Amino acid sequence: MFAHLSASLVDGLLIGFVYGIAAMGLSLIWGVMRVINLAHGATMALGMFCIYGLFTKLGINPYLGVPLAALLALLFGFLIYGVALHRVMQSGYLYTLLATFAVNMIIIGVGTTLFTTSPRNVDFSLGSLQMGSEILLGTRLVAAVASVVITVALYLFLYFTRTGKAIRAVSNNRAAAELMGISSTQVLALSFGLGTMLAAVAGGLTATFFPFTILSGGAYQLKSFVICVLGGLGNPLGALFGGLILGALEGIVPVFMPVSWVPVVEFGLFVLVLVVRPTGLMGAK
Amino acid sequence: MSFWRSAGFWINVLLVAIGGAVVLLIHQDTLRETVFTILMFVILASSLNIIMGLTGYVNFGHIVFFGLGGYFGFFLLSQLGWPLYLCMIAGGALSVVIALVVGAAVLRLRGAYFALATIGINEAARAFVANFAPFGGATGLYVNFSAYNAYGGSSKALWWIFTLLWIVTIITVVVCYLVKHSRFGLGLIAIREDEDAAMVMGVKTPWAKTAAFALSAFFPALVGTLYFFKNGNVEPEDAFRFQLSLEILVMVMLGGKGYVLGPIIGALAYERLRGVLLVSPLFKNLHLALSGAILLLIVLFMPGGLVGWVRDRLPRLRRWLE
Amino acid sequence: MKTFMSFVVALGLAGAIILQPLGAAAADKSILIGFTASQTGKLNVEATRQINGLNLWVEQVNQAGGIKLPDGTHVKVQTKYYDDESNKERVQELYTRLISSDKADFLISPYSSGLADAAAVMAQQYNKIMITTGASSDSIFKKGYTLVYMTYTPASRYLTGALDVLLKLDPAAKKIAIIHENDKFSTDVVTALKKYAEDKGMEVPMFEGYDSGATDFAPFINKIPKGVDGVMGGGHFADTTTFARQFYEKKVPAKMLALLVAPPEPKFAELGDACIGVIGPSQWEPFATYSPEAAKAEKVEWFGPTVQDFLKLYSAKYGKEEPSYHSAGGYAAGLILQKGIEAAGSLDTDKVQAAIDKEDMYTFYGRIKFNTTPNLHGLQDGHEMIYIQWRKDKQGKPEKIAVWPASAASAAPVLRKVE
Repeated sequence: MFAHLSASLVDGLLIGFVYGIAAMGLSLIWGVMRVINLAHGATMALGMFCIYGLFTKLGINPYLGVPLAALLALLFGFLIYGVALHRVMQSGYLYTLLATFAVNMIIIGVGTTLFTTSPRNVDFSLGSLQMGSEILLGTRLVAAVASVVITVALYLFLYFTRTGKAIRAVSNNRAAAELMGISSTQVLALSFGLGTMLAAVAGGLTATFFPFTILSGGAYQLKSFVICVLGGLGNPLGALFGGLILGALEGIVPVFMPVSWVPVVEFGLFVLVLVVRPTGLMGAK
Repeated sequence: MSFWRSAGFWINVLLVAIGGAVVLLIHQDTLRETVFTILMFVILASSLNIIMGLTGYVNFGHIVFFGLGGYFGFFLLSQLGWPLYLCMIAGGALSVVIALVVGAAVLRLRGAYFALATIGINEAARAFVANFAPFGGATGLYVNFSAYNAYGGSSKALWWIFTLLWIVTIITVVVCYLVKHSRFGLGLIAIREDEDAAMVMGVKTPWAKTAAFALSAFFPALVGTLYFFKNGNVEPEDAFRFQLSLEILVMVMLGGKGYVLGPIIGALAYERLRGVLLVSPLFKNLHLALSGAILLLIVLFMPGGLVGWVRDRLPRLRRWLE
Repeated sequence: MKTFMSFVVALGLAGAIILQPLGAAAADKSILIGFTASQTGKLNVEATRQINGLNLWVEQVNQAGGIKLPDGTHVKVQTKYYDDESNKERVQELYTRLISSDKADFLISPYSSGLADAAAVMAQQYNKIMITTGASSDSIFKKGYTLVYMTYTPASRYLTGALDVLLKLDPAAKKIAIIHENDKFSTDVVTALKKYAEDKGMEVPMFEGYDSGATDFAPFINKIPKGVDGVMGGGHFADTTTFARQFYEKKVPAKMLALLVAPPEPKFAELGDACIGVIGPSQWEPFATYSPEAAKAEKVEWFGPTVQDFLKLYSAKYGKEEPSYHSAGGYAAGLILQKGIEAAGSLDTDKVQAAIDKEDMYTFYGRIKFNTTPNLHGLQDGHEMIYIQWRKDKQGKPEKIAVWPASAASAAPVLRKVE
C-alpha cells in the first residue's frame, strides 16, 4: 500500500511540474491583463506540433526544439495581441475572452486542415531510472527540472529586471503604472507573448512523453484553470505550487477510488476553492 | 403591465411564433430539422441572456442545465415510461433546484471568478454523470424505436416534438421580455451596472441573482429532454459539451446581450452561417477557422452585437428593437 | 463582366465535378447514396479512410457500368455527403436533408456508434435502408430497427478472442486486469469481455474506466494488482497509444497486453519498442487470407473483388495510404448494398430489405451475414475479428502480424517477455 502510494505520488508530482508551467502562462496573462485566454490550449498544441515537426522532419533534439518553439510562440503571442486583443483591452473580460475564443477557433480550424486530428508521437527516450520498485522516466525528470529552471528564471525576470518590474506594476494598477510613464501597451503585449511562450514550452515538454493531436490542448487548458485557482489567480509563481497539488491529487486519488472519479474530485475541489478561498490555497495577497 | 401594447414585445413574439407556424404549415421535413436546431439555440441563448445579459454574470456552464435536466427527463421517459410533457417539467424542476443550490454558493463570486467556477461545474457534472450508474454511466441511456409509437409513429412524433419545442420557444421569449420589463428585471440590470450601488438602493441582490439563475436554468432542461428524445439516446459527451456552451455564448454576443431580440437574431445568424459554411463545398475544410474569423470581427468592431449596432445607427428603431 | 460570368460558370462546373465525380451519363437508372462524414473534429482520420473506401466502391461499380439488375437495367451510383463535425447536433438535420431534400435512396452511417445511432433514427423514420460502418455498439441493434444493417463485428465480440489466445498460450492463466476508456464503445466491449472471462472461470481483480481526456496513466498502471496474467482494454487511438507507451515504460510484468482500436493502425509503430508484443483486434487487415476458394470450401458464395484486387485498386487510387479496416469497412458497406439491390432486382426499400436479410456471403472483408431476429435485427453475425500482434522484423523494426484465428494467422501468437 505504502509503496503504491509513494510511487503514484512521485509520478503525479513529476507531471505536476509541467502542468504548472502551462498554468503559469495562463495565470500571468490573467494577472497582468485580466484576460481569460481561451486560446491557451490551442497554443500548447501548436508547441507540441512545433517540437514534433522539428524532431521528425529536421531531426532536431526536442530539448533544442523547445527554445526555438518558445521564440516562435513569443512572436505569435505579440501577433495575437496586436490583431485580436489590443482593440478590446478596455472593454472588459467578456470581450477579450470572446476574442481569444475566436483565435482558438481559427487555430484549431487551420490546424485540423493542415495536420488532421490524427495522433502524433515523438519517439524519443532518455531511458529510465530505477529507484527501488519505482521507475522514473528520463523525459519526465528532465521536464520537471526544466520547469523548475523556467520558474526561477521567470521569478528573477519579474522581480529583478526593469521590464519585469514594469509588468508587475501594470499588474497591480494599470492606471498608476501609466502615470509613472510605463507604456502599458508594450507591457501587455509582452505579458501575452510570455504567457503564450510558457504554453508552447509546456506543450513541447509534454510532447516528449505523451502522444497528442491538434485538439489535445483543450484538456490541458481545463487543468490549467484548476491549477490557477489552486495556486491563486494572477499569481504566476503560485501556479507551480498549484500544478504540484493537482499532480499529487491525480496520483493519490486513484489509490482510493476508481480513476474515472478523478475529474469529479478535481473540478469539485476547483469550485470549492473558488467559493471558499478565491485567492487560492496559498492565499497571499 | 401594458406589454401587449408594446411594439417590441410583439416583434419578438411574432418572430418566433410565425417562424414556427410557417414550418408547421409548409410541413416539409428538411425545413423542420433546420428550424428545430435554430429554435433549440434560440431557447438556450435566450435563457442564458437572462443571467448573462441582464445580470452581467457570464455563465460558461449554461449547458449543464441542458445536460442534467435533459438527462433526468430522458431517464424518467426511457426507464420509467413517463409521458413526454411530464418528463420535461420534471427535468426543468430538477434543473431549477440544482441552480438554486449551486447558485446560492457560486453567485457570491463576481466577474471572471464566477465565469471560471461555471466551467468547473460543467466539467464536474459531466464526469459525475459518466460515473453515475442510474443514468447508464458512460454508456448513457436509449429508448426503443417503438417508444415513438405512443405519439402515432415516429414521423408524427418528430412533428409533435417540434411543436412542443416551438411552444417552449414562445414561452421562453415571453418570459424573457416580461422579466426584462419588470421590477425584478430592473433590479437585475442595476446589479449589472453596479452591484454595490444596487444593494445600497435596496435590491436584494443575493436573492435576485439566485432567482435569475434558477429561471435561466429551467428552459434548457426542457430543450434537453426533447432533444435527447428526438435523438433516441444520450451519452455524457453529448450532454455536457463545453464547446456548445461557448457557442451559445457567442450567439448571445452576436445578436446583442441584454436585448430580448439579441439571442433570437444571434441564434438565427450563427446557426445559418455555420449551416451554410458547412454544406458549401468551397469552405468545407476551413469553416471552423472562418467562423472564428467572423466572430473576431464582430467582437472587435460590433461590441453591441447586431441589435446594438442597428440601434446605434438608427435611433428611431429603438422602440421596436428591445 | 464576361470574364466574371465565365469564372462563375467554371466554378459551378468545378463544384458539379467535385460533387458528382462520375455523373450519370448513360445509365438506365441511378441511385443516390447519402451520408455524413466527420471531416473536422476528433473523428476525422477514421472517417476519411471510411469515405475513401466507400468512394472506391462507387468508382468500381460505375466503371463496371453500374449495379446490374436481373432485368438488364444498369443502376449508376452517385453520392452526396456533408460534414458532421464529429458531433451529434447536426447529424439528424443533415440526414433529414439528405433524405427529403437531396432524395437519397440509400444511406451509409457516419463514423462512430454515437453518430450512427442518431442517424439510424432518421433512416428508420423515413423508411430508408442504412448500412452502418465504423459503428460497433450492440445497443444500436437492440432498439427495434428493421432497416439498419451492421458491417462491423459488434463490440461484444471485440476482445473475447484475445482471451482465447491467452488461455491457449497459458492454460494456467487465472487473472486479468481490465482497464478501459469510460465511454460507450469501450464500456460495451469490456463489459462483454468481463462476463466472458468469468464464464471461463477467471478472476478479474481490476475493472476500471478512465476519463476520455486522460493523458497520464501512471497512477493507473501503479494500481494494476500483482500477479495478473493479462491486461486488456483501452479505448480510442490517442489514449490507447499513451497507455501502451507508459505500460512499457513502467515495465509491468504481464504476459499479455491486448488493446482496442490503436494496435491495428500503422501509426502504432511510432511507439517503437513499446509496441512490441501488443495484441489488438481488427475488423480487417491487408494480409487477411479470405479467398474464393476458401469460401467455396465452406459452401458460401463469394462476392466482390479479392483481397489482392482491393489492395491494388486502393493503392492505385490513393497512392501511399495503406487501407485500414475503416477503408475496408467503407467498401464492404457498399458491397452489402450492391448485393442486396442485385438480389432484389429492384430499388424498392422492402424488396432490398428482404434481400439483405437473406445475404450470406464472403467478400475480401470476410463473411457477412445478419441477425434477423426481431430483437437484434441487423446485427452482424457472420464477420469475425482478426487479432494482430506487433513483432520485430529482421531489421529490428516493428511489424504487424496476424496471429488469430488460426485460419487467418500467418504466425502463432506469443506471450510478452516478462523481465
